[in-house]
Amino acid sequence: MFSNPDLLHFIFGRLSFDSLPFHEPILVVTFAAVVLGGIVVLGALTYFKLWGYLWREWITSIDHKKIGIMYIILALIMLLRGFADALMMRAQQAVSFGDAQGFLPPHHYDQIFTAHGVIMIFFVAMPLVTGLMNFVVPLQIGARDVSFPFLNNFSFWMTACGAALVMVSLFIGEFAKTGWLAFPPLSDIVFSPDVGVDYYIWSLQIAGVGTLLSGVNLIVTIVKMRAPGMSMMKMPVFTWTALCTNVLIVASFPVLTAVLVLLGLDRYVGTNFFTNDLGGNPMMYVNLIWIWGHPEVYILILPAFGVFSEVVSTFCRKRLFGYSSMVYATIVITILSYLVWLHHFFTMGSGASVNAFFGITTMIISIPTGAKIFNWLFTMYKGRIKFDVPMLWTLGFMITFVIGGMTGVMLAVPPADFVLHNSLFLIAHFHNVIIGGVVFGMFAGITYWFPKAFGFKLDAFWGKMSFFFWFVGFYFAFMPLYVLGLMGVTRRLSHFDDPSLQIWFVIAAFGAVLIACGIGSFILSIVTAVLKRDQLRDETGDPWGGRTLEWSTSSPPPQYNFAFTPVVHDLDAWADMKKRGFVRPTSGFMPIHMPKNTGAGFILAAISLILGFGLVWHIWWLVAVSFIALLGTAIAHTFNYNRDYHIPVEEVVATEDERTALLASQKA
Amino acid sequence: MTMANNTAAPTEAPVFYLKEEHHPEQGTMLGFWIYLMSDCLIFAILFATHGVLGRNYAAGPSPADLFDLDLVAINTSMLLFSSITYGFAMLQMAKGKIAGTQLWLAITGLFGVAFVGLELYEFHHLWHLGATPMRSGFLSSFYTLVATHGLHVSFGIIWLVTLMVQIGKRGLVPENKRRLMCLSMFWHFLDVIWIGVFSVVYLLGVLG
Repeated sequence: MFSNPDLLHFIFGRLSFDSLPFHEPILVVTFAAVVLGGIVVLGALTYFKLWGYLWREWITSIDHKKIGIMYIILALIMLLRGFADALMMRAQQAVSFGDAQGFLPPHHYDQIFTAHGVIMIFFVAMPLVTGLMNFVVPLQIGARDVSFPFLNNFSFWMTACGAALVMVSLFIGEFAKTGWLAFPPLSDIVFSPDVGVDYYIWSLQIAGVGTLLSGVNLIVTIVKMRAPGMSMMKMPVFTWTALCTNVLIVASFPVLTAVLVLLGLDRYVGTNFFTNDLGGNPMMYVNLIWIWGHPEVYILILPAFGVFSEVVSTFCRKRLFGYSSMVYATIVITILSYLVWLHHFFTMGSGASVNAFFGITTMIISIPTGAKIFNWLFTMYKGRIKFDVPMLWTLGFMITFVIGGMTGVMLAVPPADFVLHNSLFLIAHFHNVIIGGVVFGMFAGITYWFPKAFGFKLDAFWGKMSFFFWFVGFYFAFMPLYVLGLMGVTRRLSHFDDPSLQIWFVIAAFGAVLIACGIGSFILSIVTAVLKRDQLRDETGDPWGGRTLEWSTSSPPPQYNFAFTPVVHDLDAWADMKKRGFVRPTSGFMPIHMPKNTGAGFILAAISLILGFGLVWHIWWLVAVSFIALLGTAIAHTFNYNRDYHIPVEEVVATEDERTALLASQKA
Repeated sequence: MTMANNTAAPTEAPVFYLKEEHHPEQGTMLGFWIYLMSDCLIFAILFATHGVLGRNYAAGPSPADLFDLDLVAINTSMLLFSSITYGFAMLQMAKGKIAGTQLWLAITGLFGVAFVGLELYEFHHLWHLGATPMRSGFLSSFYTLVATHGLHVSFGIIWLVTLMVQIGKRGLVPENKRRLMCLSMFWHFLDVIWIGVFSVVYLLGVLG
């Protein structure tokens, strides 16, 4: 065995045998399950000789559709992890009363609520939103890809590697015990000397690079690559919300990057930004992180609003009511989202005038949001409503989100916030808007665009089951928390003394089980759909009677999306084309100019993951080597000038003829 | 059914697709500009942090004790000159002259190296006076803001050398011209940021 502690420390940094959590039975069992599952998946990939296919068709793909799908797969996998955390918290709080301590010791419980928040926001909600935008936006604007296809691939892999670093923390070392925003001084090195906060910092930094670049990419795509004739006010609403969301991303994520750099410097170098002594100021961190954090919630909700707008007008079979008011409401929300961050800490000493300003701006946001709700209602009014699964999610959203919005206005009143701050009322409120808004919206969007992505619909029975389990489960899980919050119960507690509270936590735990059934049903709706894909097949490319350009091409669309670039005359371009007798061209095809696949994005992101791991564990030689490798790979990639090619015309003709035959066979 | 005999169609048959190849506008300049604005926001946060912490000396040294304005003035002129010489490189590029472009790029790079070198000398000097980033909130924010700018310049120099090699290999092809334009924006952007650093951190700092 090694006996030289200096050498060991040089090679492994802070990492040692004790860093592996053998003493936590829950983690050991999870680890065993993950290893077994991993072996099965890797074995299957090898047995079916899928490695080459995976590398060529997915990992190195710069096709925005495949990247969008990979984002959503990542999000669904991380949803299982984040939801497992939620179930454990609900179970712990339901049983840990009086003498019973439950099954989670505080240091484990603290990691779980931190990981739950971080994973759900950064690695579930964000990839869902980004994935949906990636898949849908180029199709909706009649483009063949995004502006920077390589960057798009790189962005995805950075997000995935950020998620991977969080997952590594489950089995090597530990995660932060600070809550999802890691406020100092608790997150400073003095009070959190372990690796948890470092995992937090570096996973968010790696994923943040991906998010920022994907934001730049989609803005430029929307501004520069719209089909001829599609003026800004003829853009589909989802594309509008995507534009505003990406503007928010570009204008807020750098703040997160900067503030985490400063926190990192405090921890690694010993600077005094957020310390209690030597001139540091912890409130600076709280302000800065919420200057990112508040726009972040609108980054998540705006695309969901976009999905609901598309779904409502499609399933009510009429044009969206008040298109331009919808666009202006979105823009107003975008701007106002920067003027409200202080409402997250009314109680932290800003004084009456400042609190009043931020309370009023917060309440003003409910006006454009309310306008949107009325627009959807008026679209439904006298529409011929079809209650398909996406429409159910939309209706569930409208009811649930209005309740969440109203409790939000209550919290926006500073004197009320002094009572409700940090209580379970707040927890209930933001789950109310995030589940009722973002999650319902993303499920609506996935169900709506699934046939476009794969060529067959999701199974409707399990889709409906999923909706009703989620919908009912949400009310069971979070209405008790409103009650408990009003009684004064604060958040992040792993143990309670007052037995009269227990019944509410038991009801909430029951709700969490219902939601688990909802997630299970959603997975079943995918599995059943794959098994029954021949019955659910969409051969028209337009299974719902859609109104926007993505429904004009085949399902799934060819690699180049559109054989000919569409010309737009009206809002709802595809509805316009159908109404005015568009005839699909069957000849005159040309070779199509497309970008080439590249493995550079994956390699760069993988090196970043290693770099992050080295930084977390203070393995400085690994940090140096991977940093130089990162720089070298990036520079080497710029020497590749051979980045595009033409799809030969024969291939285009073959693809399009196949579709012509398919469409003809349906009419026959 | 064709478009011509569709009774619902207006008098003129609408065109629903382009028959020729469609070339969307090049988005690199806009994209890079948006990236620069996001970078600008990082600097904005560092400036704001310096605004909040910049007077927190914690009984340690203050700007008046530390800063040598003559040195900073020389340093500033290095960076300003490098912006001018980058401009000359771009003029040569517009004329299609490879040798002239390379020469001015090399001069720009040397000014950049001089700037980073002087900055490192300044840091080294301050460190020896005991004014380390760990000493006070003021010094933490000072070092971070100035070093972040310096790191940007250093990456700019690496990028510049890479580009010179690429121009040497391939000449002024459209890709290289586009990259030169991006680096140009980056370089001038860093100049603008430095003017802010010079005014806010050094001049206002020494005023007290």
